[in-house]
Amino acid sequence: MEWLMWFSKPENTKPVALIIFFVTFVSILLYVYGSKNRSKRLETYRNIPFLDEQQDEKSLGDQKDTKDKQ
Amino acid sequence: MAVTTYSGAEQYNFDIVKKFAVMSLVWAVIGMFVGVYIASELAWPFLNFDSPYFSFGRFRPVHTTSVIFGFGGSALFATSYYVVQRTCQTRLISDGMASFTFWGWMAIIVLADISYVLGYTQSREYAEMEWPIDILIEVVWVTYLILFVGTIMRRKQPHIYVANWFYLAFILATALLHTFNNLAMPVDLFSMKSYSLFAGTQDAMTQWWYGHNAVGFFLTAAFLGMMYYFVPKQAGRPIYSYRLSIVHFWALGFMYMWVGAHHLHWTALPDWTSSLAAAFSILLLMPSWGGMINGIMTLSGAWDKLRTDPIMRFMIVALSFYGMSTFEGPMMSLKEVNALSHYTDWTVGHVHSGALGWVAMISFGSLYHMIPKLWDTKMYSQKLIEWHFWLATIGIVLYIVAMWISGITQGLMWRSFDEFGNLQYSFAESVAAMMPFYAMRAIGGMFFFTGAVLMLFNSLMTIRQSKLENAVLEAKLAAKLARA
Repeated sequence: MEWLMWFSKPENTKPVALIIFFVTFVSILLYVYGSKNRSKRLETYRNIPFLDEQQDEKSLGDQKDTKDKQ
Repeated sequence: MAVTTYSGAEQYNFDIVKKFAVMSLVWAVIGMFVGVYIASELAWPFLNFDSPYFSFGRFRPVHTTSVIFGFGGSALFATSYYVVQRTCQTRLISDGMASFTFWGWMAIIVLADISYVLGYTQSREYAEMEWPIDILIEVVWVTYLILFVGTIMRRKQPHIYVANWFYLAFILATALLHTFNNLAMPVDLFSMKSYSLFAGTQDAMTQWWYGHNAVGFFLTAAFLGMMYYFVPKQAGRPIYSYRLSIVHFWALGFMYMWVGAHHLHWTALPDWTSSLAAAFSILLLMPSWGGMINGIMTLSGAWDKLRTDPIMRFMIVALSFYGMSTFEGPMMSLKEVNALSHYTDWTVGHVHSGALGWVAMISFGSLYHMIPKLWDTKMYSQKLIEWHFWLATIGIVLYIVAMWISGITQGLMWRSFDEFGNLQYSFAESVAAMMPFYAMRAIGGMFFFTGAVLMLFNSLMTIRQSKLENAVLEAKLAAKLARA
């Protein structure tokens, strides 16, 4: 367990942390902006808040039909 | 025969959203009234009435708890339940659990407020509730987490919309923060009093790790979730960049956790800790502004809405204040600036530019959008929304300007030395110099409070109007059926 002591020294853990965080951040950026197809797919999710309106209209239509039948 | 007035009423659980929405406004009025009262106590001290029950020290946590957890918390419960159902296109997994979170949360705020007035407090910023109330919060919050995650897990929409990510980060982070900040040993099983497990600098660190992340995750991330759903809905156009919202989410979530120690500059805290916190605070400016730009640019091509739609105005002003306070915050976290601003009213002004300008304004805008939809009607009065907007905006400006002047004056007076190296001013002299600004702040608060009262009235009248409309509809339907 002696090797664990290596992590107790800030001069070791600081650069390790920097590398981990930097690589993670760059990976996220590459994931988000790196591919045209993926970018296109991600941007389609912008419309999710508006999908419920279509659903509302559909159910309002159903309701209207039901009322008309009544 | 009952008439279904809103298409989503059966598909979704909107009853819980309605309850939280109404109580959010009730707590806004109560919390802001207490805020105006304590601001007035500082300007006109006779209002203390020489009674501990009316003292600033006891009423201050009543104010913060009622506005942050009562108003803000209820608005978050309401909007998160609304957004998660609508964007996942599924109903909450359990009506019983939802109801439990409502009654549990209301009980927490009432019990906390009563306990403060009676003199019980942990003396931890934004976490003054004593241990029995903390345990109740833990139970309610875990229920909320299960309910929210469970609902996401049974979504019909394959993708989890970014607003839900922000809400989930807020729920998870708050659970962590609440648990570790409130580790305490009660004096006795039947005593309200407890002592923190931490001591000295560690205790201060734990408190501000909680305190700043309460700002970061409760008062920022969660309200960004609100922004990512309600700004596009009100603008009638999708968010400017979905990819930017992803980067915003991860960068904000990662960086906020590090910055709490900037509240402890120039204290017994190790110097490297406070420098690290300052560095992350500066870095935090980038995701914060990225998010603000993403929100504001959503209106790109429809700027005329700012002239015609007061609800949109609430939201855009909220985003502007978000940008302003997330610039001011990193600036104040610099050690040299903090040497002037710390312990002064500048901090109070900064908190309120975030709390009133960002949190309250985005909540007002979102609730104005949501309430007519929930009750399937229009807002009772557009004119009152306009009035509310201007009262709130003038109130915030008065508040912040008063606190800027007051805070910088305090800081400068406290660090002034005479030719012999003695302090130039006594503390009492600096208090006397604050009086005009305390009055100005109280008046600003009165403006803001009046706006909140108008909103409560407008909303209650909207609900009444909806009930009347439904009654007329039911009568017409009954008449039609009788004729058939």
